[in-house]
Amino acid sequence: MTPHLLSAADLSLDDATLILDTADELARLSDRPVKKLPTLRGRTVVNLFFEDSTRTRISFEAAAKRLSADVINFSAKGSSVSKGESLKDTALTLEAMGADAVVIRHGASGAPHTLAHSGWIGGSIVNAGDGTHEHATQALLDAFTMRKHLTTLAGRKVVVVGDVLHSRVARSNVLLLSTLGADVTLVAPPTLLPVGVGSWPCNFSYDLDASLPGADAVMMLRVQQERMNAAFFPSVREYSRRYGLDGDRMARLPDHAIVMHPGPMNRGLEITAEVADSDRAVIVEQVTNGVSVRMAVLYLLLGGSDSALGAVE
Amino acid sequence: MTAAGPTSAPVGRTLVKGASILGGPARDLLIADGIFAAVGADAAAGADANTETIDASGLVALPGLVDLHVHLREPGREDAETVASGSAAAAVGGFTAVHAMANTDPVADTAGVVEQVWHLGRSTGLCDVHPVGAVTVGLDGRELAELGAMAESAARVRMFSDDGKCVSDAVLMRRALEYVKAFDGVVAQHAQEPRLTEGAQMNEGSVSGVLGLGGWPAVAEESVIARDVLLAGHVGSRLHVCHVSTAGSVEILRWAKGKGIDVTAEVTPHHLLLTDDLVSSYDPRYKVNPPLRTQSYVDALRQGLADGTIDAVATDHAPHSLEDKDCEWAAAAMGMVGLETAVGVVASAMVETGLLDWAGVADRMAVRPARIGRLAGQGRPIAPGEPANLVLIDDKSRYTVDPAAMLSRSRNTPYAGIELPARPVATFLRGRLTAREGSVLA
Ligand SMILES: [Zn+2]
Repeated sequence: MTPHLLSAADLSLDDATLILDTADELARLSDRPVKKLPTLRGRTVVNLFFEDSTRTRISFEAAAKRLSADVINFSAKGSSVSKGESLKDTALTLEAMGADAVVIRHGASGAPHTLAHSGWIGGSIVNAGDGTHEHATQALLDAFTMRKHLTTLAGRKVVVVGDVLHSRVARSNVLLLSTLGADVTLVAPPTLLPVGVGSWPCNFSYDLDASLPGADAVMMLRVQQERMNAAFFPSVREYSRRYGLDGDRMARLPDHAIVMHPGPMNRGLEITAEVADSDRAVIVEQVTNGVSVRMAVLYLLLGGSDSALGAVE
Repeated sequence: MTAAGPTSAPVGRTLVKGASILGGPARDLLIADGIFAAVGADAAAGADANTETIDASGLVALPGLVDLHVHLREPGREDAETVASGSAAAAVGGFTAVHAMANTDPVADTAGVVEQVWHLGRSTGLCDVHPVGAVTVGLDGRELAELGAMAESAARVRMFSDDGKCVSDAVLMRRALEYVKAFDGVVAQHAQEPRLTEGAQMNEGSVSGVLGLGGWPAVAEESVIARDVLLAGHVGSRLHVCHVSTAGSVEILRWAKGKGIDVTAEVTPHHLLLTDDLVSSYDPRYKVNPPLRTQSYVDALRQGLADGTIDAVATDHAPHSLEDKDCEWAAAAMGMVGLETAVGVVASAMVETGLLDWAGVADRMAVRPARIGRLAGQGRPIAPGEPANLVLIDDKSRYTVDPAAMLSRSRNTPYAGIELPARPVATFLRGRLTAREGSVLA
């Protein structure tokens, strides 16, 4: 394993498989009456969130606590990018407090990278979402969820639909899923695909209907409010019609195919309530799996090498 | 106010022995009273007991270099650079004249501010500092600054630019181009279509897509240059294009020059050497406006400079305090220092590649920039009777760039630890030695 988890590209096939296998093992813990391991006792994990994201923060917090780590939540919201030294000052503060791992969410792409390479702080840096760059643990939990339902990722067809241009989830998923051998297709209007997407390790299409037959998993991305009036598409209604997943489209998927969404959803926009609440939707399960995957990441980054449950009595 | 200053103090005689003028055969140069008194065989004969002798054997002699584009940050950001520290950096870099951009605080948009900068340059005396006047009041792009007053001031401003910002309003640009004809001025455009570059952080291309950084498309530069050369042609005015960074820009300039439009252009050393894949490190030292581009653009810029489509190398020396660079990419300021590494970088990109010889470097770094800036006493031949503005360059040994040794007040160089060929070892301003081996002589 690398000392940090900044990008899904940091993970080799072996690394990724080890994380997913470890997460599998740790997931079994939730079947036990006592859902806590002593593994990271005495270690400190800091959740450093420059952006609000309650769901990601509590997922990391639960993961760290189940491994008995001390958790410090550091909300630096309001420290905008225009006040750049705050990242450095915050890092120096955390270093003085002796953080073993820093889980960082930041609005600026590359902020976790800067933190890891600045020399401001020791310890492992985990990217919990940076700007429009990456969100590696989200991709890991998505892969974990798909692997559970589809047995393997190798050769599986995954369709990712929506605002790829601004999506850190999409970037991390493309990198991780291609490492795991999946066949990924990005679907979006041309305005929401980045320049250079043709050189990514995946396919892309402007046509959702043509991409659905044969898909093993469909991942719908959230449409952010601020894209809606910036000429990326004419109207919410037209977006929904062309790129939203509704019951009719879902019916064109193979029977075994699953529907995913990183949350929070815009029901009625990129996904209808009918789809979101259907049996094919594994959206709630993604949240559950997030804790196991993040436990695995923290455990492996902080030096675990044996079976994660080996330490338990 | 007279032009009294250290530069007009009497200077002694200097005999420069065995210099290779523009890379040619070794010759002696006698400097007396601020001019080249003799060049060649009779130079040594003019030396007397008080003549200082400099052994320049193996060194290339070029006219003192002229930079069309630096940011000296004074007034306003003296923590990042001052006219004095920037002049020192210029002198050790081989420059005898620089054009100081107007985006100071207050903006250099009045005769008062340009005269202040001009006087600071005179009193420092290490190189000629020519203030650039703002095109619009406060660089706001709304109303013309008093261009005539700046032209008539003691600073005799001839170059006007809102650099850092683009004069994006077509009517305002047209009027500025027309108006400066009255005093043989030139408008230097920072070509950046503002709407196409909202939130832009780096070159738009495959690297920006992967890094999730806002893309800065080439067309945002090219569309403004295309409009401006057409405007300049229409009103018969002189246009200069700052820091050209794309292949398309070079093509448009080549077309415009072919049509006889009076346009000139500059390229920075960093755009001749560095590419956008360096941004993958998210190291803010590589954050610059215009952004680093791709290798194919670097090749096109080198070719454009070699064939003269691009007239000049200008550093866009942009000092920034440590705080403004020691942070995450999005928060970092744009720009890199360049005065002290320009010769080495140009030698690496253009001379070692065989694209320019030293005579070509002299043309692009002294002769043509002096002509564009209308500086009568700069960029002149190294010949008897000419002002003794001179740089001696050691092109035989390589050196490693050490930011700690720089004289600029800021250290935001992208070349730290990089080995460069060709280092300026002595600079003369009107016969007076201003810099020697990386140190300035007060
Ligand atoms: Zn500029």
